Amino acid sequence: MNPIPVPLLEVDRLTVAFPGHVAVREASFAIAPAETLALVGESGCGKSVTAFSVMRLLPPNARVASGRILFDGNDLMTASRPEMRRLRGRHISLIQQEPMTSLNPVLSIGVQIGEVLRRHERLSRRATRARVVELLDLVKIPDAHRRIDDYPHNLSGGMRQRVMIAMAVACHPKLLIADEPTTALDVTTQAQVLDLLGDLRRELAMAVLLITHDLGVVAQWADRIAVMYAGRIVERASIVPFFARPMHPYSHGLLGARVDVDAEEHYLTDRLTEIPGSVGSAAGETGCSFAPRCPMVQPSCRLAPPPLLELADGRAVACPITAAQTGAPHGAAVG
Amino acid sequence: MALLSVKDLHTRYGTGRQVLRAVDGVSFDIERGETVGLVGESGCGKSTLGKTVLRLVPPAEGEIRLDGVDITRLGDRAMAPHRRRMQMIFQDPFGSLNPRQTIRTVLDTALKVHQQGDAGERRSRLQEIIARVGLPADSPDRYPHEFSGGQRQRIGIARALVLQPALIVCDEPVSALDVSIQAQILNLLVDLKRDLGLSYLFISHDLSVVRYFADRVLVMYLGRIVESASHATLWRDPRHPYTKALFAAVPSTDPTHKRTAPSIKGELTTTIASGCRFASRCPAATDRCRAEEPQLRSVGEGHHAACHYA
Repeated sequence: MNPIPVPLLEVDRLTVAFPGHVAVREASFAIAPAETLALVGESGCGKSVTAFSVMRLLPPNARVASGRILFDGNDLMTASRPEMRRLRGRHISLIQQEPMTSLNPVLSIGVQIGEVLRRHERLSRRATRARVVELLDLVKIPDAHRRIDDYPHNLSGGMRQRVMIAMAVACHPKLLIADEPTTALDVTTQAQVLDLLGDLRRELAMAVLLITHDLGVVAQWADRIAVMYAGRIVERASIVPFFARPMHPYSHGLLGARVDVDAEEHYLTDRLTEIPGSVGSAAGETGCSFAPRCPMVQPSCRLAPPPLLELADGRAVACPITAAQTGAPHGAAVG
Repeated sequence: MALLSVKDLHTRYGTGRQVLRAVDGVSFDIERGETVGLVGESGCGKSTLGKTVLRLVPPAEGEIRLDGVDITRLGDRAMAPHRRRMQMIFQDPFGSLNPRQTIRTVLDTALKVHQQGDAGERRSRLQEIIARVGLPADSPDRYPHEFSGGQRQRIGIARALVLQPALIVCDEPVSALDVSIQAQILNLLVDLKRDLGLSYLFISHDLSVVRYFADRVLVMYLGRIVESASHATLWRDPRHPYTKALFAAVPSTDPTHKRTAPSIKGELTTTIASGCRFASRCPAATDRCRAEEPQLRSVGEGHHAACHYA
């Protein structure tokens, strides 16, 4: 059963290897047009590598060992470099965590946003400038006429991230990849930037691949979630059922270990639930990579990595133990 | 008598006309065994306040008392015995460890500098502390890069504890860690506090962590404390508009509980006009707010706020 009839982006059994290390293993997921999918996991779990694979911006020592990435019907793995250059910035855009390191410090923000427009559309200088002002208005930068000639160092962190967003949405992309877009920002600025992204997504009918480790951000701004652990997707679900009933023991552990601002927990009365060990314990594990930390581990978990089992309602979980507890698997293993 | 007592503390960076008032008249106490949370956005001066209390940054004005002793202007030698009583845990456990020193060297140096025991005593203290923070027994002869992020933070905690301090300033101790590791470190800090009777000044921008971890909370904005209350009171009845805005901005992990309040406008700036520092972003600011700076005043039992309308 496929929950998404016509996906905009389909990543199919993607495996990405670095020398001596496999960063992504058989990852499969899809994003429908105008949908926000959150890709969640700890640092080093492979979520950014997955994003860079979609952009075909992997470092030279990385190798896509297997898998397909279909975007709007085109196979990105076989696309030529000129074809990729036409896609990037126009149909697929990327914003990253640190706006300061993504912006060129010696060019004004107007020039940098304009460059994206002129790269993809035939525009005069004057028309470009007018469009840039519109874009700055769109991302709610006050005084766009004056701000257009500012340099990145003139702007605060939140404003810089708005500039990055303006650049990313300049050509109305179908897919925006946001890699930890608010991790470097304060909580009040984070809310502003994510609200802006939510508005733009609706206005431009844009799909978003939101990479984050913050479950609050996921709960408030995403439609669906894919949880990654040690390079594998271990669970996929819609947001409400996921938070109501996480299925993979790792997802369960993550939700238990978080400090929830709504819960009236205090150290004097409640102890936080820990996930013992660290991701490093997955090294050398032949079976499920979470087995060394899992409270429900069975001898069979250590034999082979469990496949991602498709369940009802578009849910999928890579744990035969919890899948069996919640009823028979709905379909065949997919990856 | 409070363990730490800070009165009208000021810290300034720069000279002449280019002065940044990072801490601008802050007073608070920390009792023995108490955890005081310090929250605010980046640039509000919370780390500077923590470092000034430890005398790592020189105070410009005001008074810092540790166990009743005024340490504000002590010279290096006179300060040394007090330094042992106050330690710090940093945010980035890798950046704060020398990559070319073994864990033994890191911990032993602290003991040597403060002339704590002979070689044998130092070795047993070291083993004891390694076990106490949950590091493997073979850790002392390894280097920082051999450890994971969570383990490195345990090393940072061991370094702070090895001198048996009374007060630890924790500056964003779990912000750089993954969720699954955060809980481990927070639980460890809770255990250590209970077993060793420690007091913490817990600096964080993460309100959920502070809510869980602190007994009393100070909210800081542009160098000043704008609200202080016990953790329970503050979350039940926040009075300052900035505190309310901060709380409203934290995304709930319950997807059925969507945020309704619009986020506050603007961002923290470093320019201070007359009147209330928060007035330019405050949804309820009046002419009085722009003219007259509100002072921290009592608004309830153990609850203070710096707002004319709190």
